[in-house]
Amino acid sequence: MKPSPFEYVRPRDLAEALAAIAQDPDDSKILAGGQSLIPMMNFRLARPARLVDVNRVPGLAGLAADGDRVRVGTLTRHHAMERTPLPGPLGDLLRRAAAHVGHLPIRTRGTFGGSIAHCDAASEWCLVARLLDAEMTVRSQARGTRVIPAADFFQAVFTTAMAPDEILTSIALPALDEHYRTGIAEFARRAGDFAIVAATAAVRVEDGLVTEARICLGGVAEVPLRSAAAERVLLGARWSPELVTAAAEAAAADCDPPGDAHGDPAYRRDLVRALIPRALGLDVRR
Amino acid sequence: MTGAEPPTWTGRALPRLEDPAIVRGWGRYVGDIAARDQSCLHARFVRSAVAAGRLISVTAPPGVTLFTAADLAEVKPIRAVLNRPDFVAVDTPILATGMVRFVGEPVGLVIAASEAEAEDALELVDVEIEPLPAVVSAEQALAPGAPLVHAVDYPGDPNTVVDGRIHTEGFDAAFARADRIVEIQVSSARQSAMPLEARAAHAAYDRASGRSTLHVTTQMPHLIRTGIAHSLGLREDDLRVVAPDVGGGFGAKMALAREDVALVWASRRLRRAIAWLETREENFLAAWHSREQVYDITGAFTADGELLALRGDLVCDVGAYSCYPVTWGVEPLMAMAELPGAYRVREYSVRSRAIVTNKCPIAPYRGVSRPVQVLAMERLFDVAAAELGLDRVAIRARNLITQFPHRSPSGLVLDEASHLETLRAATERADLADFRDRQERARAQGRYLGLGIACFAERTGYGTPAFAARSRPIQLGREPAPLITPGYERAVLTMDPSGALTLRIGASPHGQGLRTTLAQLVCDELGLEPGAVRVIASDTDATPYGWGSFASRAMVIAGGASLLAARELAARLRVLAAARLGGLPDDIELAGGQAVRAGEETGVSLATLARDTYLNAHLIPDKGEPALEAVGRYDPSGTFANACHVAEVEVDPLTGQVSVTRFLVAEDAGRLINPAIVDGQIHGGVAQGVANALYEELIYDERGVLVTTSLMDYLPPTIAEMPGIDIVHLDTRSAESITGAKGVGEGGTIGAPAAIANAVSDALAPFGVGVFHLPATPHRVRTAVRTGADIRRTEKGTAS
Amino acid sequence: MSSAIPLRLYVNGDRYEIAVEPRRTLADALREDCGLTGTHLGCEHGVCGACTVLVDGQPVRSCLMFAVQAEDTSVRTVEGLAPDEERLHPVQQAFWENHGLQCGFCTPGFLVLIAGYLEEHPDAEEAELREVLSSNLCRCTGYQNILTSTMCAARAMRGEP
Ligand SMILES: Cc1cc2nc3c(=O)[nH]c(=O)nc-3n(C[C@H](O)[C@H](O)[C@H](O)COP(=O)(O)OP(=O)(O)OC[C@H]3O[C@@H](n4cnc5c(N)ncnc54)[C@H](O)[C@@H]3O)c2cc1C
Ligand code: FES
Ligand code: FES
Repeated sequence: MKPSPFEYVRPRDLAEALAAIAQDPDDSKILAGGQSLIPMMNFRLARPARLVDVNRVPGLAGLAADGDRVRVGTLTRHHAMERTPLPGPLGDLLRRAAAHVGHLPIRTRGTFGGSIAHCDAASEWCLVARLLDAEMTVRSQARGTRVIPAADFFQAVFTTAMAPDEILTSIALPALDEHYRTGIAEFARRAGDFAIVAATAAVRVEDGLVTEARICLGGVAEVPLRSAAAERVLLGARWSPELVTAAAEAAAADCDPPGDAHGDPAYRRDLVRALIPRALGLDVRR
Repeated sequence: MTGAEPPTWTGRALPRLEDPAIVRGWGRYVGDIAARDQSCLHARFVRSAVAAGRLISVTAPPGVTLFTAADLAEVKPIRAVLNRPDFVAVDTPILATGMVRFVGEPVGLVIAASEAEAEDALELVDVEIEPLPAVVSAEQALAPGAPLVHAVDYPGDPNTVVDGRIHTEGFDAAFARADRIVEIQVSSARQSAMPLEARAAHAAYDRASGRSTLHVTTQMPHLIRTGIAHSLGLREDDLRVVAPDVGGGFGAKMALAREDVALVWASRRLRRAIAWLETREENFLAAWHSREQVYDITGAFTADGELLALRGDLVCDVGAYSCYPVTWGVEPLMAMAELPGAYRVREYSVRSRAIVTNKCPIAPYRGVSRPVQVLAMERLFDVAAAELGLDRVAIRARNLITQFPHRSPSGLVLDEASHLETLRAATERADLADFRDRQERARAQGRYLGLGIACFAERTGYGTPAFAARSRPIQLGREPAPLITPGYERAVLTMDPSGALTLRIGASPHGQGLRTTLAQLVCDELGLEPGAVRVIASDTDATPYGWGSFASRAMVIAGGASLLAARELAARLRVLAAARLGGLPDDIELAGGQAVRAGEETGVSLATLARDTYLNAHLIPDKGEPALEAVGRYDPSGTFANACHVAEVEVDPLTGQVSVTRFLVAEDAGRLINPAIVDGQIHGGVAQGVANALYEELIYDERGVLVTTSLMDYLPPTIAEMPGIDIVHLDTRSAESITGAKGVGEGGTIGAPAAIANAVSDALAPFGVGVFHLPATPHRVRTAVRTGADIRRTEKGTAS
Repeated sequence: MSSAIPLRLYVNGDRYEIAVEPRRTLADALREDCGLTGTHLGCEHGVCGACTVLVDGQPVRSCLMFAVQAEDTSVRTVEGLAPDEERLHPVQQAFWENHGLQCGFCTPGFLVLIAGYLEEHPDAEEAELREVLSSNLCRCTGYQNILTSTMCAARAMRGEP
């Protein structure tokens, strides 16, 4: 459980970081919170020859309003998200999602952008990003800045649209008006574990009608999955608990989850059915 | 505890003497000794990645220090045997040779300057194994034409290494007389004791004396020395074994590790200190498993719920090798002997087998077979109560043992206990009527609550006679086996010239607070404060031969030995004091560090008596020994603690999540030497029981590869998964324990799984399903709700 | 293989001049290079919490941080909790008095976690503290007395009886 040897680089600013990673992109890794990378290195499942530690690069952390969006710096720690004073349905969602990420000593180190770059199908932040169609800003020394929408960003397990020489710098989320109902519900075996299945929702209800519906599921596919079926059921319909149940049914029927030691596909579908209503604050029992 | 502090030190919830150092971070665990030895080398084991195969070669490029079985040709294998005709003995080579038999089996040893470099070296080692078909479940092992895990003669069925049977004379008649036959199968997944500190060892070699010193995470240092010395052909005196602070054991540190033998060998070979710090992954792969058992049991009941006869077919998957010293008979033989537990079973027919498979060997884990035994009996009573339309408390009360001593159908003698009383105390405190109300109201709201009861007897503190009974002196023409029959404890109590006391014991605490409780016992006899007593344990150079700490024995047996030593020393001090103060020894009271003649104000300090005994031996009145030392020896036949556990759960039928919302323990461990420590043992035991019931499971895939090798997959509960635990103490004294204490180390773990299984089954009653396999994971619970089928073990053995 | 680089660590107010390979975790550097073996390793993958230390006042898993990353930070370990050799930190005292430990292997991680949290959140209530305690694993105590000890320490740190 000791990592293989590597060279350690600690750039002082983004330009230095970009230059460092550009030298040998294929054998280098960005070190953010280290809460996913270091366990993998301890198990020797990851063995980068060089680590570029961005923890002391200024300007990469924090939340800032950016027009009708909120821009989250990649190095914003889970713990800071948990305590963000951001008002409204987006702030609620971020705080509630953060509280599900691991435990306090993980959250003090682990970062929002690190989770997104790591691309675990059950990661709360990946779910939130896909739910809200976040836009990821990435940079490289060679090609400068590009913006990747969430729909294209998450490609497969631990695989994103970023090139090895690119650094994720910030994530833009839409500021949600007061008509949104947002939430997250997940099922994990123990407190703080990665979810077996997680559901996030952002549904806009105005005058009793659903004007926008977003449902995103974790743990049912290689990457966070927007449930088109559930969203179809919701959109334009009159808001009611029964509607949500119907949407959950549709989502469960529509997804094709994997099976493993924690649950077979049928069980995961059951969880989808149970969790979508809970994500929207409905305490459904039967 | 309620009421005033008792007038004695014994009985008080005294804060532990061992804690101030530990809370400061000054504990000394084996890893700390290695961390502070800047010059020691580090070892890592090369392990088999396949479950069964022919080992062709283990090689490394030049520059890598690698040892394989060929280097250890002179080292004797470990052979853990019982002398029984049904027992099949095999060798455990220190490093695999010829064949590999489980994933994780050590096939080589690399040594480097640091742990990281040892892991670098490990990656350069090339292991060539020709895979063979693996046997990964007991069913497969017993199937016709199954591959043999060991190519030896099996007296009975293939891959069957223990096959015990008991059939009482009146069984068939009683069975025929029954009004109702209730048949169930219960089973448990494989589990790991998983002490928070994985195994670790540091072997040093002293050129001047030729001695080795092994610091190791063990519960039984003397026996480890015996085992290693035997393997390496050393005199025992050539090896000193020390267990410093040990970070939990739960049984998993009471078996001799092949790795420890290899480490001492390598250290002597290289004449260097070498440390081995097991990783968590290795701990899961190779540091002993337990509890993978399937019991088919049948109860023959009268219409009013009397259990006339009990039949059992008990199968334990014991993995690939026999653990030293308790052997692979430990699970099946305990299961066979103790299945009836707290219940009166007059007629009994049982077959209990150990089946070998290509998986990690088993060793004891807190409770050994009893969690599954109690699961079997308690599920049986709940099912029988439902079928017979009886109350589940009443059916238990009808069958609990109430007359003592009680001779069980397997020949055990149960001493004075309080089964009925603990059942009453627990169910009263649980308030069953109130629970039924709450349950009904909850159901109306779509919430599912359940309550479960489990009663059990916990055999504790058994000495040599009990262990001897497991082996029968039959030779069958085999070579004489190096039999090991644990049991007694000795304690040597010394008062030094300053009047300070040192108690040297053979037991080996690793969290049980023995340094405090023994001091409490001893100082009461001598009229001193516990702080005056230093307890020395776990060092073969400094302690009398003893068997260590396991099977809830230390408090009973080492406690008894310590008490006897203290009484003897007190008697000697009275003699010395009487000679000075006049009067008879019986007139002397020892209190406050003084020996005083009854009715008088002043006397002589023990320190003065001590000083004069050593330093002015000419003053010793009876020309006795110029020393103050007493040896106590205790070797009881065993005493049964007992308890009733009640669990309340809430089940979320949509996700299958089970929350244990309340846990009640009514237990009788006799006299509580230190109530805080007793409660702590129960708390920790219940937590492991909750884990067994709901969370923990070692899963192998169909090729025999362990899938659960991290704490992300193997799931010990956190505080969030634990209920509050409410404890009621009863106190039944038994002549089988001179301290009045009965063992309490395992009880929590023994009762909780059954109580929870019954509670979950109660909660799921509206769905018509019950729990017959543990852990009852959310996936299994939800699947039962969805399909209407009970939670049972699947053929594969690792139901998902 | 990369070789050792010099590193200055501030731990419990003391300065340590050490040389470590970049791959050395903070836990290993504390244990082996600084001789502070109170910080334990139970899993080396972030789950058990035996290695928890405070870095700039925040609890972190020292098995999931490289020592080089701790340069210029202030690290606090279990050895740095007590004010001196006579007195214990209130959390240590509470664990002792309430039998909050058995084998003691998890104990340093819990003590550091709780001490760090209570120093920042003296008014924390039981539910919140349970949540914090769920960060770490203990195999011996069933957490009952860990919770009791924590509540008792919280009261003591607030100056309540
Ligand atoms: C015990 C435990 C429990 C956990 N539970 C959860 C949980 O419930 N939910 C959850 O979501 N996570 C959980 N995690 C993971 C944790 O949230 C991690 O913090 C997160 O997954 C990765 O973020 P990080 O900042 O630590 O990234 P790192 O570990 O530093 O990096 C992860 C990967 O992303 C890359 N990377 C990081 N930042 C950038 C960047 N700016 N640009 C390009 N590449 C980058 C790295 O090179 C690496 O490949 C848990 C971790 C542990 C140890
Ligand atoms: S050793 Fe760091 S969390 Fe377990
Ligand atoms: S006291 Fe042993 S692990 Fe917590």
